[in-house]
Amino acid sequence: MFDITTLRVIWWALLGILLIGFAIMDGFDFGVAALLRVLGRTEDERRVLLETIEPTWEGNQVWFVLGGGASFAAWPTLYATAFSGLYLALALVLLAFILRPVGFNFRGKIHDARWRAVWDGTLIFSGFVVMLISGVAFGNLFLGLPFRYDDDLYMTWQGGFFDLLHPYAILAGLVSITMLLTHGACWAAYRSDHAIAERAARVARWMALAYAVTFVLAGIWLGYGIPGFTVAGPVVMDGPANPLFKQVTIGGSWFTSYMLYPWFWAAPAIGILGAIGVQWTVGKHTLAGFLCSSLMLAGTILAAGFALFPFLLPSSLDPRSSLTVWDASSSHGTLALMLGAVVVLLPIVILYTGWVYRVMRGRVTLEDVRHSHNTY
Amino acid sequence: MIIDSEVVTLSRAQFALTALYHFLFVPLTLGIVWILAIMESVYVMTGREVWKQMVRFWGVLFGINFAMGVATGITMEFQFGMNWAYYAHYVGDVFGTPLAIEGLMAFFLEATLVGVFFMGWDRLSRIQHLLVTWFLALGTNLSALWILIANAWMQHPVGAKFNVQTMRMEVTHFSEVLFNPVAQAKFVHTVSAGYVIGSMFVLSISAWYLLRGRNVDFARRSMTVAASFGLAASLSVVVLGDESGYAVSENQKMKMAAIEAMWETEPPPASFTVFGIPDVQNRTTHYAFHVPWVMGLIGTRSIDTPIPGINNLVEDTKGKIENGLQAYGAMLALRANPNDAQAKTTLAQYDDDMGYALLLKRYLADPRQATPADIQKAADSTIPNVPVLFWAFRIMVACGFYFIALFAYSFWLASKRQLDRNRWYLRLALYSLPLPWVSTELGWIVAEYGRQPWAIEGILPTALGVSSVTAGQVWISLGGFVLFYTALAIVDAVLMVKYARKGPDELGLWPMRHAPRAAGATDAKGALP
Repeated sequence: MFDITTLRVIWWALLGILLIGFAIMDGFDFGVAALLRVLGRTEDERRVLLETIEPTWEGNQVWFVLGGGASFAAWPTLYATAFSGLYLALALVLLAFILRPVGFNFRGKIHDARWRAVWDGTLIFSGFVVMLISGVAFGNLFLGLPFRYDDDLYMTWQGGFFDLLHPYAILAGLVSITMLLTHGACWAAYRSDHAIAERAARVARWMALAYAVTFVLAGIWLGYGIPGFTVAGPVVMDGPANPLFKQVTIGGSWFTSYMLYPWFWAAPAIGILGAIGVQWTVGKHTLAGFLCSSLMLAGTILAAGFALFPFLLPSSLDPRSSLTVWDASSSHGTLALMLGAVVVLLPIVILYTGWVYRVMRGRVTLEDVRHSHNTY
Repeated sequence: MIIDSEVVTLSRAQFALTALYHFLFVPLTLGIVWILAIMESVYVMTGREVWKQMVRFWGVLFGINFAMGVATGITMEFQFGMNWAYYAHYVGDVFGTPLAIEGLMAFFLEATLVGVFFMGWDRLSRIQHLLVTWFLALGTNLSALWILIANAWMQHPVGAKFNVQTMRMEVTHFSEVLFNPVAQAKFVHTVSAGYVIGSMFVLSISAWYLLRGRNVDFARRSMTVAASFGLAASLSVVVLGDESGYAVSENQKMKMAAIEAMWETEPPPASFTVFGIPDVQNRTTHYAFHVPWVMGLIGTRSIDTPIPGINNLVEDTKGKIENGLQAYGAMLALRANPNDAQAKTTLAQYDDDMGYALLLKRYLADPRQATPADIQKAADSTIPNVPVLFWAFRIMVACGFYFIALFAYSFWLASKRQLDRNRWYLRLALYSLPLPWVSTELGWIVAEYGRQPWAIEGILPTALGVSSVTAGQVWISLGGFVLFYTALAIVDAVLMVKYARKGPDELGLWPMRHAPRAAGATDAKGALP
C-alpha cells in the first residue's frame, strides 16, 4: 500500500507518538512519585497523592514497554545500538522500573512508618532516575554517541557511563526533570484534595518557569554551541537499511531542518505556550492545567525530534555509522505489518484506557483515604 | 568482531537468571487469574457473597505476585537490546514483531484493567467487574501467546530469509511465524503449566486452613475450584508436553537426542531410557534402563522412523558447516560486488546453512580459514549439556504425572465432600506447593539450555549475539540484579506468607463483620482493616 519511504516516515512519526504517549501518560506518575514527600506532608496526604495514580499507572507504563517493543520491531538497529551503548544508564532505568511496581504494591501492605518510608524512597528514586536519564540521553543525541559498525554491522561502542554527563546533556536532563515535575504537579492539582492541590499548583508554576528557562537555554546552546550533522551527497530514502551506504559530515547546524521547513517552529512554540498556559490555568480546579503541561511535553519532544531529523542516533566516532530514518528501519514487510497492527489495536487501547479513567474519575480527598482500605 | 567469551558467559548467566526469576511469577499470574474469573462467575451467577470474598482474598495474593511479574518482565523486554545487540540487529525484523504486538494487544489490556480490578468493586456493576476480570485473564494469557510465538521462532525459525545488503534475517512470510507449529504446542504446554501452578497455590494454602480448622467453608470451596481446574490443567500439560516433544523431535533433533542421552541411532522404534548415568567423556550412558518402543512412538508417532543419535547428528553438522562456508564465502563476495551472479546462485543454494559457518567465529575471526579440526570442534560444540537435559527432563515429567495423580485424588475427594477429613492428604497438598515451580523452571532449562549453542536454531550462534559491552559492565548489572532480585524475593515471600497466614478471617473478608457499605465516590475501596 505504502512505499518504503512513506512507511519510514510514518514509523518515525509513530516513534514520536509513542514517546509523547509515554511522557504524557506515565510522566505524571513519575512526577507525582518524585514529589511524593514535597506535596504530601503527612501520611494521609501521601496516600491521597498515591491514590490519584494507583488505578492507572500500570497501564500507563505499557507506553514505555511498547516503545521498547515497537522500536525493536520497526527500528531494530536503533534498539540494539542505543540500548547496548547506553548500557549502565539503561540498567539504572530498569532498576527504577523494577522498584516502582513493588513500591506501589508493597508500601501499604505493612502498617509501619519506616516500611513506608523505604518504599516512598524507591518511588521518589524511580521518578527522578527516569526523568534525568531520559533527558540526558536526548541531550547526548545532539552531541553524537561513540559507536561504529564493521562490515557485518556488528556495533562497537567506545565510551562509558560518565562520558554521558556532558554539561549540555545535564542541561537537557534539567529540561526533562522540570517539565515532568510540572506535569506531575498539574495532575496532583487536578486530582487531589484542595489542601494538596494548592501546594501542587505553586510547585507547577515554579517548575513551568524553570522549564521555560532551561528549554530556551538548551535551544540557544544547540544553535550556537553544538555542531549539527548532515547527510552528505544525495540522500537515498528507499535504499537498504544499512547505515554504511552513506556519508555524513559534522559542522552544520542542528537547525537546518527548521530553515527548510519553517512550520517546524510550531513545536518549540507549543512547548513554551504550554508553559505559559500552565501559569494561567493550574490550580483553577480543571483539567486545563494538565492539558497545558501535556502540550509542553509534546512540543518539547517534537522540537527535539524535528531538529534531529532525519537522524535518529548520530555517531561522533564514525559519522557515517549514524543511524537515520532512511537506513535503520526494518524491512518493508515488517513496517507494513506493524503499521497494520498499530492502526487496528491502538484505538482499542485508547478506548478502554479512556473507559478506565472515566470509571476512576473524581478528586481524591483526605476524607476518602481515612475511610478507605485499599486491597491493592 | 572479536568475541569476548567472558562477556558471553556473563550475558548468558544474566539472561538465564532474569528469565528464570521472571518465570517464578508469570505462571502463577496465568493460572490464578482464571481461578479468580471462575470464582467471580460463580458469584455473579449465584449472588452468594462468599464467592466475591474469595475473589478478593485470592486477589490480594494475586496482586503481590502480579507486581513482581511486571517488575521483572520489563527487564526481559529491554535485555535483548542491552546484552544481545547483534542478536537484536540480526533478527529484530522477525523477532521484534511478536514482542511489539504483545505490548499492543495483551500487556496493555492486562495492565490497564488490573487497577480497576482492585479498585473498581464499588464503581462497577457486577457484570462490568466480571468482564474486567475475564478480560484481565484474557490479556495475561494473550501475552503468553505472543511471547511464545517469539520464543518458538528461536527454536524453529520459519518464514524468514537472510538479506546480504542489510546483514540480517528479514520476514518473508509472517503467517509462518504466526502459525509456527512449535508455537502452538509450546503455548498450550506453557499456559497449562501456569494453570497447574495457580491451582496448586490455591489448593496448598486452602489445605493449610483446613489443617488448622480455619476458614473451613471458604477453603473447601476454593479447593474444589483448584482441584477441578488443576486436574484439567495437569492432564493438558502432560498431553501437550507430548505434543511439544513431537515438535522438538521434528525440528531440534539434537535437543531430543540430548534429552534422551541417545548417542547412537537405534533401529526404530527407539526405546525410552527411564534411568541412566550419561557419560559425556566417553559418549555413552551407564546403567541405562530402557523401555522398548516408547521413545520411537512419542518422538515420531510411527514404528519405522529412526530417531538420530548424537554422534550421527554431529556428523551431519559437519556437512552443514561445509555448506555454510560456501554460503559465507558467497555472502562476502556479494558484499564486495553486489552483481556477482555466481555468488548469488551459491548463496541461494546454501543460505539455510550459513549459520553453521558462523559457529566457527567463536574460534576464528575468518571462518573460511577453518581446518578440519576446527570444523570438528564446531560440530562437537552443537552437543548441549547432556546430563543436565537428561535429568531436568525426567524430573519435570515425573512431577507432571504426580500432579495428575494429586489433582485427580483431590477432585475425587471434593466430589465426595471429604476434602477436610484426611489429614495426611491435606499435608501432602500443602507440601506439594513448590513442586510445580520446580518442574516449570526445569522445563525452561530443557527448552533453552537444550537450544545451545544456538540463539536462533541453525541461524545465529548465541556467542555471536552479544553486545559491545565490557565484562565489567555486565558484572555490575548482574550484581545489581542478584542483589535487588534477592531482596525483592525475600520481601515478596514475607508478604505472601503474611497475607496467607492472616487468611480471609483475620483480614475481615469472611465471615463478613458488617454488611457491605453502599457504593459511592467517597469510599471506593471496600473493607480491609
